[in-house]
Amino acid sequence: MAQSTTAEAERELLPAEGKLIDKFFKSILYVILAIIAVVQILPLVWLVLFSLKDNQEVFNLPPFALPQSPNWDNYLRVWTDGNIGLYFFNSIIVTGASVILTILLASLVTFAITRMQWKLNKFVLALFMIGLMIPVHSTLIPLFSFYLNIGLMNTHAAIILTYTAFNMPLTIMILLGFYYTIPRELEEAAIVDGCSIHRMFFQIILPLTAPVVATTAIINMIYNWNEFVFVNTFISSDSLKTLTVGIQNFIGQYATDWGAIGATLVISVLPLIIAFVFLSNRIVEGITAGSVKG
Amino acid sequence: MNRIMSDKKIIAMYTLPALLMILVLIYIPIVLTGYYGLMDWDGIGAMTFIGLENYQNLIADSLFWQSAWHSLLLAVFSVLSLVIYLTISVVLSSNIKGANLFRKVYLIPMLLSSVAIAQLWIRIYHPSNGVMNRFLLSIGIDNPPLWLSDTNLVLFAIFIPILWQYAGFYIIIYYAALRNIPGELMEAARIDGATPFQIAYKIKLPLIAGVIKVTIVLAVIGSLKYFDLIYVMTDGGPNGASEVMASYMYKLAFRSNDFGYGSAVGFFLLVLIMIVTYFIRKLTASKDDEVQY
Repeated sequence: MAQSTTAEAERELLPAEGKLIDKFFKSILYVILAIIAVVQILPLVWLVLFSLKDNQEVFNLPPFALPQSPNWDNYLRVWTDGNIGLYFFNSIIVTGASVILTILLASLVTFAITRMQWKLNKFVLALFMIGLMIPVHSTLIPLFSFYLNIGLMNTHAAIILTYTAFNMPLTIMILLGFYYTIPRELEEAAIVDGCSIHRMFFQIILPLTAPVVATTAIINMIYNWNEFVFVNTFISSDSLKTLTVGIQNFIGQYATDWGAIGATLVISVLPLIIAFVFLSNRIVEGITAGSVKG
Repeated sequence: MNRIMSDKKIIAMYTLPALLMILVLIYIPIVLTGYYGLMDWDGIGAMTFIGLENYQNLIADSLFWQSAWHSLLLAVFSVLSLVIYLTISVVLSSNIKGANLFRKVYLIPMLLSSVAIAQLWIRIYHPSNGVMNRFLLSIGIDNPPLWLSDTNLVLFAIFIPILWQYAGFYIIIYYAALRNIPGELMEAARIDGATPFQIAYKIKLPLIAGVIKVTIVLAVIGSLKYFDLIYVMTDGGPNGASEVMASYMYKLAFRSNDFGYGSAVGFFLLVLIMIVTYFIRKLTASKDDEVQY
């Protein structure tokens, strides 16, 4: 009797002990995960801090000290002195136009590939998917001379067309999985009711894909907003530059004014950070779908 | 029904605009890059056909091989860094509370443009006023490195922000794959007395092998065409110590106006990426290959 109780107690003790070790182990893991999180955020905290300081404070105070009184005029100065507002506006136009164009064209293609019946659909899909691998740098020189010859150099159109073409493969890839899951009965019913394919696409299928369209829109937006090489190569006129390229030149003039540089950088990254705060789930979803799904 | 859904006119109308775009803006340029590589051309004037001369020069060009070597080093660093990302993801995916929040926080640097990241890290690395060296000084290191102006250190210094930038991206991919593994498998192993380490090593990793393969390809391709960050941070310097293939190509074409030679480098880059992708996929081929990219 006594023996069995000891055995029982032992049996009970073991899991408890295991839990204790588990807890200890888990807290260590938490600390490590938290340290990584801090490392990921710290450079940005420092950026915001020095965007609110003047040079004297940047160089004399400890890096993570708060400024004695925040220099909001750094922001005002870079916004009014330079073309930041104009660059910002250009980024919105170029990003917005290419996101809309990409999603519209990609949706049409994906619809034709997944829902309609034709022999070459696998081949056409392959053409788009191979596009995923092609490095933009290998196309830069021919594109440069092409735009030069047809008079699109130094226009937003050149940028919008390029973004649309290069974002097409990834966008189709993300849309594809969703389109495959749409039930055939939906189309059959629409056709029986006498609906044309165009109406079916625009009034039934496109609205139905709204969630995945939102995801691709955000992924496209991140890429386009941050793109550098194409704008740097195809746009030389200062009034047409986007934020990414514009701030690069702008910072050159302010090389030694850290507060102004910080403010410029914060302005350039703010829209995406705000988008992230509201839409982080969609971004995470898009990255997962874009890189893993087939 | 079938007749309506196989209307050739509509199929053409839906696919041709996008198809035309990728043909004109991606595929034809690819062919042209190879063609321009056979030319002596300054980008504006007449082209002179010189056959394989550019490619022969390429083989003898030590600057080119130096930049190719740097690209390769970045690729090796990047693949090694996947081990770190994978470890973090395994920890995150093991029913840790707040995992969702962590992986989102890790992702934040990925949202910033490479230009912004470069400008920020130039200042982090600033020899006297940057956070990095002020920290090193404060813990008693008297002669902190010059980072971006040290030819031996510069590539490593550039790799740190790359590691920082892409952490969230790979962690999210791994995390999603790990969360897709059915829980019963791990439960069964646990009942059989497997340790968490054994479960991770013998069950989780083999099951996400396909995804790991994809990320290896992504990391290698990404490194081979790496450009923005280096262009802004060091412009390939000091003394070519951080020059990579894409930045070398860019300089040849758009600074030295040597479009023919630049195209040859661009074409080499394309062929290299195709070959590397093919071999990685071949080498790591598995039977249940449901993952594509």
